[in-house]
Amino acid sequence: MRFNVLLPTLIAAVVAFESPAEELPVILTVHNQQFVPNKLVIPAGIKIRIVVRNQDSLPVEIESVDLSREILVAAHGESSFFVGPLQPASYQFFNDFNRDMQGTIVVNSAVQKGQ
Amino acid sequence: MLATAIILFREVLEASLIIAIVLGASRGIANRNRWVAGGIALGLTGSALVAILANMASSSFSGDQQAMLNAVILLCAVAMLTWHNVWMSAHGRQMSADIKEAGANIQSGRSPMTALLVITLVAVMREGSEAVLFLWAILSSGENTLNMLLGGLAGVIIGILVGLLLYIGLLRIPVRHFFSITSWMILFLAAGLAAQAAGFLTQIGLLPALGEGIWNTSMALRQDSVLGQLLHILVGYIARPSGIQILFYVITILSILLLSRFNSRRIG
Repeated sequence: MRFNVLLPTLIAAVVAFESPAEELPVILTVHNQQFVPNKLVIPAGIKIRIVVRNQDSLPVEIESVDLSREILVAAHGESSFFVGPLQPASYQFFNDFNRDMQGTIVVNSAVQKGQ
Repeated sequence: MLATAIILFREVLEASLIIAIVLGASRGIANRNRWVAGGIALGLTGSALVAILANMASSSFSGDQQAMLNAVILLCAVAMLTWHNVWMSAHGRQMSADIKEAGANIQSGRSPMTALLVITLVAVMREGSEAVLFLWAILSSGENTLNMLLGGLAGVIIGILVGLLLYIGLLRIPVRHFFSITSWMILFLAAGLAAQAAGFLTQIGLLPALGEGIWNTSMALRQDSVLGQLLHILVGYIARPSGIQILFYVITILSILLLSRFNSRRIG
């Protein structure tokens, strides 16, 4: 059991040094049961923080099978999560509490750092 | 109404399948029902507390803490399931003998009662807090409340029924194979939970992904299909796992197998 905790922690400590610095966070808003914008364009190859601001009075659970992510955001709440470093491609996400709410993260190798 | 039913069904399904396996694996342990029931009650209380916290201070108790809490809860479950399996590796044979002779009370060894309590607590609390948060919002929105609550109730009942079916199915397994089968189920269940925990820790930036999407089996089996979701709950199927998730999965399986083998040799 000890290994379960120990080994990943060690690896985390090692890798933390080589992870590139994160960019400015990308903002994703939930408004009237829609993702605004519903297409996020982010650069490939780096770790990005995505901040979700829920302006609705219903909670959302943003889920992405493509990214294997699950983020619960309370009504009128805010939450953030990390993705990447990712390969250039499109990654779908949706609201598990309302599957009609869908969005895409487009990872683009052409987007320059800082843009 | 249907949407609410489906959402609550999914939340309840995961908890009830885990509880079914735990109940199966703890067959023959005295007072186990009381411990599992205690776990469910504490889990529900915990979910309500989490939901209230999230609603009262939505920005200070943000999704980061929620993800962190999920990761901690999942790792506790993994630890408890490991303990349970290691314990069973020493006592399983004796227990199946006892059950055959109808006197199902296990005497020797300190049975992992707290493990039963904690696993149920953990399963209920994780899914429950999402369900409570969702229901709370419906209640306070005031629109079609009754319909949605009825739908939610239907979802909860169907979710519990599926867990019950699994439990009844487990009980039909012949006693001499029973504990080895439930031990294998718990092995993969624990590994799957460990991989989920790794996912949450990556999500909040505490662990590196070590490669997002090492492989992608979505084409063969979509994770959001019915079978994909069931396998996700039962054996931790992830269509597009990250490196760290694979690592957690493999390490959990190896630790449980090695500890069980060591323990059964030491006692047996």
